[in-house]
Amino acid sequence: MNEILFRHIHRPDLRGLAGYESPEVGGYAVARRVFGDRVAPAEIIETVKQSGLRGRGGAGFPTGMKWGFVPKATAEPKYLVVNADESEPGTFKDRELMEKNPHLLLEGILLSSYAIGAHLAFIYIRGEFVQVAGILEQALAEARAKGYFGRNVFGSGYELELVVHRGAGAYICGEETALLDSLEGYRGQPRLKPPFPAVKGLYGGPTVINNVETLCNVPYIVGEGPQAFRKFGTEKSPGTKVFSVSGPVRRPGNYELPLGVSLRTLIEDVCGGMREGHQLRAVIPGGSSVPVLDASKVDTRLDFESLQAAGSMLGSAGVIVMSHRMCMVRATLNLTRFYRHESCGKCTPCREGTYWMEKILDRIEHGLGQPSDPDLLLDLCGTLLGRSFCPLGDAAAMPVESSVRTFREEYDAHIRERRCTVREAALAGTR
Amino acid sequence: MALELRPEALEECRRIIARYPRRRSAILPVLYVAQREFGYVPQEAEELVAGLLELHPEEVSGVVSFYTMFHRQPPGKYVVEVCRTLSCALMGADDIASHLRKRLGIDPGETTPDGRFTLRNVECLAACGSGPAVQINGVYHENLTIQALDRILDSLP
Repeated sequence: MNEILFRHIHRPDLRGLAGYESPEVGGYAVARRVFGDRVAPAEIIETVKQSGLRGRGGAGFPTGMKWGFVPKATAEPKYLVVNADESEPGTFKDRELMEKNPHLLLEGILLSSYAIGAHLAFIYIRGEFVQVAGILEQALAEARAKGYFGRNVFGSGYELELVVHRGAGAYICGEETALLDSLEGYRGQPRLKPPFPAVKGLYGGPTVINNVETLCNVPYIVGEGPQAFRKFGTEKSPGTKVFSVSGPVRRPGNYELPLGVSLRTLIEDVCGGMREGHQLRAVIPGGSSVPVLDASKVDTRLDFESLQAAGSMLGSAGVIVMSHRMCMVRATLNLTRFYRHESCGKCTPCREGTYWMEKILDRIEHGLGQPSDPDLLLDLCGTLLGRSFCPLGDAAAMPVESSVRTFREEYDAHIRERRCTVREAALAGTR
Repeated sequence: MALELRPEALEECRRIIARYPRRRSAILPVLYVAQREFGYVPQEAEELVAGLLELHPEEVSGVVSFYTMFHRQPPGKYVVEVCRTLSCALMGADDIASHLRKRLGIDPGETTPDGRFTLRNVECLAACGSGPAVQINGVYHENLTIQALDRILDSLP
């Protein structure tokens, strides 16, 4: 536990440059060496490729491969954009990383920008993170004063400017192309891919967009080598992952663990089990956009391939734990309301589909459902999946589809009894 | 009457704009300056921002309306934002929300008649491991109980 990203997270002085550069933490040592020795950018890309690092924002795309898509022989300016728009329900890891260890992200940005040949980088941080953005600005000012950012990074002649850019409240801006539109000053709506941002992104130039946690892994990988990173995790999911655990467990929070740890270990050992009076009922393992698993899947390993085999996804590793006291119709209605609110309205299937799914779930939850409603929901999911520019439509449909299929009897009971018996029993303390 | 920014705020906007390769990219940070200066973003502020960024006011308006964090009406002195998404809901966010409605006597989206509080429901604030969570003027308050929330509200100047 806490091997790479959270290794020194409990040091109260980690936020400042002095703490980060202390001998025990050894911060900026990797950047100092890379710029001092003029390590070739291609070598860094190769190291990251060999580490097998996969994106930590949700999609799990191999980071080194993404960097490799950036055209080398081009006169156009290239950009690195950090996706710090952490808005996926159940996910709160990037917030803690940036709050407590901002210089780790900055060092990751230095190495990654240099690797792809960018001279301007942006941190696109969600608007609500006012305090976190202030912490990043402070850290950047410290690093710039030391010559780690600016015209002459570590005296190497390499130039890198970094801008902390706050969004203004829109989940969709976590989607990489919507983020780019937002950063360019437009409404944050997704673009059609291809062209992919690595070829044509910000201002039409080659752009790499990486999640905060992804970039925080880069100093370790470059410093210790791909094999050290591969000591953790599995063959296809190397490294550690910060799991954000929420819901009625004894010790919710962020935990850095090797990928491939079992859901049972995470809940029972790391989080101390369920709270008094709660029994495990269901888990959404990868942020709200992935299919829900019932308690029988508690021995599933938490890595990209095992979760896919179990019918869900690792996503952002926001693990939402639900107990027998939570009504699954109500939980699904809650998430569907979220997606309806956050749909940007560009694509009809997503805009209309989320609206109707919420209506139908709402009437089921409130005892007005029709016997045909569960099938109607499944049918609607079919019209959403794969039918929009960006994955928000899919993200809205997957929790609904999996919930109806896994907990079908609960939907039918709501419709038959014309009320929610789960909540009643929970309130009466008999369940 | 056309709105004007204080010279210091105008200078701040110019510094912000200079950070970006294209002026238009500065729209959100410049709108934040306008909102801080005027308390909200009235139509005249959109026109002012449009002037600074060499855009049509309608383009600024389209951006303002897309995001949730710009107030188009003057908000109360304290903006209380309650997360209602699943993780917080699992930990009792509904009780927090209904207590606030009762205590403040207003519905989400409304401002108390004395102009002291605006109540808003918001989506996931990335405080899921420490829910229920509320933001008051951008400051997080987490692991809330009704009693803890009351103490916080009572202590506001």
